Amino acid sequence: MTLEHGQPGQPGQPGQHSRHRQPRQPRQPRQHSLSGRLDDPAGDAGHVDHPPRVGFFTDTSVCIGCKACEVACKEWNLLPDDGFDLLGMSYDNTGSLGANTWRHVAFVEQDAPVERRPVDLGMPAFELPGARTGAEGRTEFRWLMASDVCKHCTHAGCLDVCPTGALFRTEFGTVVVQQDICNGCGYCVSACPYGVIDRREDDGRAWKCTMCYDRLHDGLEPACAKACPTDSIQFGVLDELRERAQARVEQLHEAGVAEARLYGEDPDDGVGGDGAFFLLLDEPEVYGLPPDPVVPTRDLPRMWRYAGAAALALLGAGVSVFVEGFVEGLVEGRRR
Amino acid sequence: MTRQGRGDDGGRERAMVPRAEFTSYYGRPILKPSVWRDDVAYYFFLGGLSAGCSLLGAGADRTGRPALRRGTRLAALGSLAAGGYFLVHDLGRPERFHHMLRVAKPTSPMSVGTWILAAYGPPVGLAAISELLPDGVRRSALGRLVDAVARPAGLAAAGLAPAVASYTAVLLSQTAVPAWHEAHEELPFVFTASAAASAGGLGMIVAPVAEAAPARRLAMFGAIVELAASRRLESRLGLVGEVFTTGEPHRELSRASTLTAAGVLGSMLLGRRSRAVAVLSGAALLAGGLYERLGLLHAGIESAKDPKYTVVPQRARLERARLWGKRQS
Repeated sequence: MTLEHGQPGQPGQPGQHSRHRQPRQPRQPRQHSLSGRLDDPAGDAGHVDHPPRVGFFTDTSVCIGCKACEVACKEWNLLPDDGFDLLGMSYDNTGSLGANTWRHVAFVEQDAPVERRPVDLGMPAFELPGARTGAEGRTEFRWLMASDVCKHCTHAGCLDVCPTGALFRTEFGTVVVQQDICNGCGYCVSACPYGVIDRREDDGRAWKCTMCYDRLHDGLEPACAKACPTDSIQFGVLDELRERAQARVEQLHEAGVAEARLYGEDPDDGVGGDGAFFLLLDEPEVYGLPPDPVVPTRDLPRMWRYAGAAALALLGAGVSVFVEGFVEGLVEGRRR
Repeated sequence: MTRQGRGDDGGRERAMVPRAEFTSYYGRPILKPSVWRDDVAYYFFLGGLSAGCSLLGAGADRTGRPALRRGTRLAALGSLAAGGYFLVHDLGRPERFHHMLRVAKPTSPMSVGTWILAAYGPPVGLAAISELLPDGVRRSALGRLVDAVARPAGLAAAGLAPAVASYTAVLLSQTAVPAWHEAHEELPFVFTASAAASAGGLGMIVAPVAEAAPARRLAMFGAIVELAASRRLESRLGLVGEVFTTGEPHRELSRASTLTAAGVLGSMLLGRRSRAVAVLSGAALLAGGLYERLGLLHAGIESAKDPKYTVVPQRARLERARLWGKRQS
């Protein structure tokens, strides 16, 4: 929380930095609520005296693909099942995030050569099988596993476009759908650059991860993080998670895992940084994540300018067609 | 529904080898395909038609063209009502349509559009009702009042009409759907021009040729700009532009162009002499406008279904940023 965005706890200034800014407020340099860096999204949404922003750090380098997160999420949030499908995608029979799937474990089988391939001398080994589990023991084959989730973006496309106010920014900085408000317009589905939120077929409303908003209120961590046996899913205050993730990626680089990289942790990226970010071992698109997501709202002023020009042109046309000889004059003028 | 043959469709188990062009997770889409049905395209068409008709109606009122005025005023209300039906029908929870009125949200073009429509509807209704008054009612105090406000109401509707015809383009563009988002420069012009062409077509149908000159001119303006903006759209977008030039969206957009061109040619050549040709040309223009919206809707849905259109442009953007960063340092 920087000074530009004020102390959220300070009374008497609610909504000072909200979207609906007072006209006479001094303009802030280079910071606006549509895109870019934003250090306090909850305060920006008008929450006063709110708790720190929380999030997920999903470290896929220790994910073992047990799907406990998927199960715990379904159980806690009472999500309907999506039928029993064998998708032929390694051990992934879930497919993708959706209205009824708020955690999704991706399985990627790779035959890609790794940077430091061990040289096999054909010597008999005396250690127990599986004893060498570090980077030095890796072969050409590798199996990537990653638990995907709603990113709870700093600038959430779904939230920006929601016409009913059903989607809202919570005091924890997360993004949640109010199911008693949503009228199923479906705009959020197309506005999410990650393809997370979806409409439930038989229900007609949009659903996605709430980061267990109910559990957060009771001081509990979300069900998926609670169930994760390897701490691949870490829940906590976002600033602390970012520090922890930075330390982890440096540790992995030192251990020879050069391909480890963070995804979604950068507050200067196209969505202003994710509330749920990841440590990946390959390019994002390998896991089904967009390489450079941008909140559609970023271009909103530009889009309205084009629409304004088109609207004025229509108005001009509508008036000029009633001016006798105007259009004919144009055509004649062209001919000369 | 033709998909590019990448070989890594989700149906078969296959190791993911990084490809030269792009990689994906078993060829699955990254984005969720839009849940909008054709209802939304019908609404876009009808809303645009209503807006164009309001413009024609106000002009016809000012310049003493009673048949054109009456026809376009009634059509403005009729198409707005039908469009509203499709808009509500497409909701997952239609009975909650009024939840749109809970908030006014500048970041949501749908919310902005809700309020534009809320302002646009009443004057359109007033202008149209004055056309429907039976003579008995018209002579009463109420009838005289309605008659008196019809002209300012019609002008107010015409003033709001350009917003009605153009906000829908921003609504489509403010999504993560590659084809809609990347097309944000042209879409507003396609939408307003198509609205003009459709309304011109309708004016040619409802008014005798002697009164329909403004309708023919509006149709000509609209058709020319619509065709030009569509061509620019298809050529400017690069890879994503494929969805406009292949498959079902391409067929619909070609049909739209053909019908629009035929309609405007018919009206320019024979529209002022033959009522029959005018009516046929008007119908062609209307059908062209409807196909245009269907094609644009479906093109966007196709672009969200194939991860190629999400990954490749984003990769290129990252690469550009990397090269730029190198040059800076």
